[in-house]
Amino acid sequence: MNDIARTPPLRPEVHREPESSTASVVEKPLSAWERVYNIGFVRKLALLAVLAVAWELYARAVDNSLIFPTFGATMQALYDGFAHGGLLARAWTSIRVLLVGYAAGLALAAVLTVLAITTRIGTDLLETLTAMFNPLPAIALLPLALIWFGLGESSLVFVLVHSVLWAVALNTHSGFLSVSMTLRMVGRNYGLGGLGYVTRILIPAAFPSILTGLKIGWAFAWRTLIAAELVFGVSSGSGGLGWFIYENKNLLEIQNVFAGLFTVILIGLLVENVIFRTVETRTIRKWGMQH
Amino acid sequence: MNDATQAAPLLDVSGVTLQYKTREHLITATYRVDFQVHPSDRFILLGPSGCGKSTLLKAVGGYLQPVEGEIRLKGKPIDRPGPDRMMVFQEFDQLLPWKTVRENVMFPLVASGKLNGAAARDKAMHYIEKVNLAKFADSFPHMLSGGMKQRVAIARGMAMEPDILLMDEPFAALDALTRRKMQDELMQLWDETRFTVLFVTHSIPEAIAIGNRILLLSPHPGQVKAELNSLARGDADPLRAQELERRINAMLFADRVEEEPVHE
Repeated sequence: MNDIARTPPLRPEVHREPESSTASVVEKPLSAWERVYNIGFVRKLALLAVLAVAWELYARAVDNSLIFPTFGATMQALYDGFAHGGLLARAWTSIRVLLVGYAAGLALAAVLTVLAITTRIGTDLLETLTAMFNPLPAIALLPLALIWFGLGESSLVFVLVHSVLWAVALNTHSGFLSVSMTLRMVGRNYGLGGLGYVTRILIPAAFPSILTGLKIGWAFAWRTLIAAELVFGVSSGSGGLGWFIYENKNLLEIQNVFAGLFTVILIGLLVENVIFRTVETRTIRKWGMQH
Repeated sequence: MNDATQAAPLLDVSGVTLQYKTREHLITATYRVDFQVHPSDRFILLGPSGCGKSTLLKAVGGYLQPVEGEIRLKGKPIDRPGPDRMMVFQEFDQLLPWKTVRENVMFPLVASGKLNGAAARDKAMHYIEKVNLAKFADSFPHMLSGGMKQRVAIARGMAMEPDILLMDEPFAALDALTRRKMQDELMQLWDETRFTVLFVTHSIPEAIAIGNRILLLSPHPGQVKAELNSLARGDADPLRAQELERRINAMLFADRVEEEPVHE
């Protein structure tokens, strides 16, 4: 009973003027070393340098250029390949096929997604098809493609379309579904409908998912292409990077095999870290849709 | 207060019953609701949750067709959403995140074909200045506070100079201080442009502060309980406001008492 009747003690009010700063540090620039270390790019470059040194040391210890060429020899082969070995032409052959396949895949994905958002049966179609074909590795279709389209570019394009289509369609569709009810109502309030509504409201609003789809589609396509090229060149004498690797393995030019692999990595890095990164910073990061 | 009800109303809602379906139920949101909004009205739909006031506003917006009765704007029945009835929503994500403040205000002007180019730009800037956001015209929505986003949404609605502005609890998600400030700003804007607004709220003080006419709805399903005159603009007498608040409270509270045992 006593506890319930208890009241807090009565205290006088307190008023204070904030004193002019007596704290030891309010704002102070970081040291040069700290600032450099905070740049992710610099840290990664340092890691790469360490890896290159480790590679060089290990290769020298193995001392067998047929199994593990040194970093220096690989760089030399890469330089020779680009300067006179036609590596650039090989890379371009691969990229050209890739672009054709990627574009065709995106076009088909657009058709499927538009069907899926406009009709219920279209949604069912997209869901069934992606459930069936998404788990199927594109490279597994290559034997079939060779029978249907023969030994040439069209077979490669066929497997590329397969690798791009499902990832892009699935991500775009789920992106459209997650556009908030408010934004949809805003779009319709402006009197937008049909294609205008899709291109001016749905696509930008779903852009984070669409971009993810484009990135996954690209990664699938690039891996599929190199793997498919290992099986056959696009046409005799002018195959792509995969074929370059395969040929040089047969010739026992192992430093060239390494140079070919290096080129595959470089192109992959370039597209993912330069092209897609630029698109990302100029769109969804600028818009605050991703941090 | 001059009651000029003899002129043709701008918005005529007569005998409107609204229903919508959830996964398991068919819900009647409002039952035979009537009201008329006249030019330059600040017409409030007030009621507890479940009285169908937001659904009613969406029907005026054209997102939903009445199963009974009719909604007419300037004599024409409403059959779809359109830029002659600009909506301001409660949610902060109503601005297009990929457009700057200026582009957001310009977009409906351009998309509806009302204005384009420099004319749309000037009109947009005029209203952005009116809501005191000129400094932020080139900012993206994610850089703004909640209150600023709502001000952009209001500027966007007003820049279209629609027949009627539809506001669905635009200040409900704001903190109390910002909300008071926004209410005052909205009233200043009304003094300057005399727009017509249909305003949904569940806050009695907000209804009194903003409205000149208050439609009181009872819940489950929403039906008109009363249509009251609020204080005249410029009448800041706290006693009259308190008295009106007490009257409205009594009407809503009476309802609650009858309703409670049914729900037990």
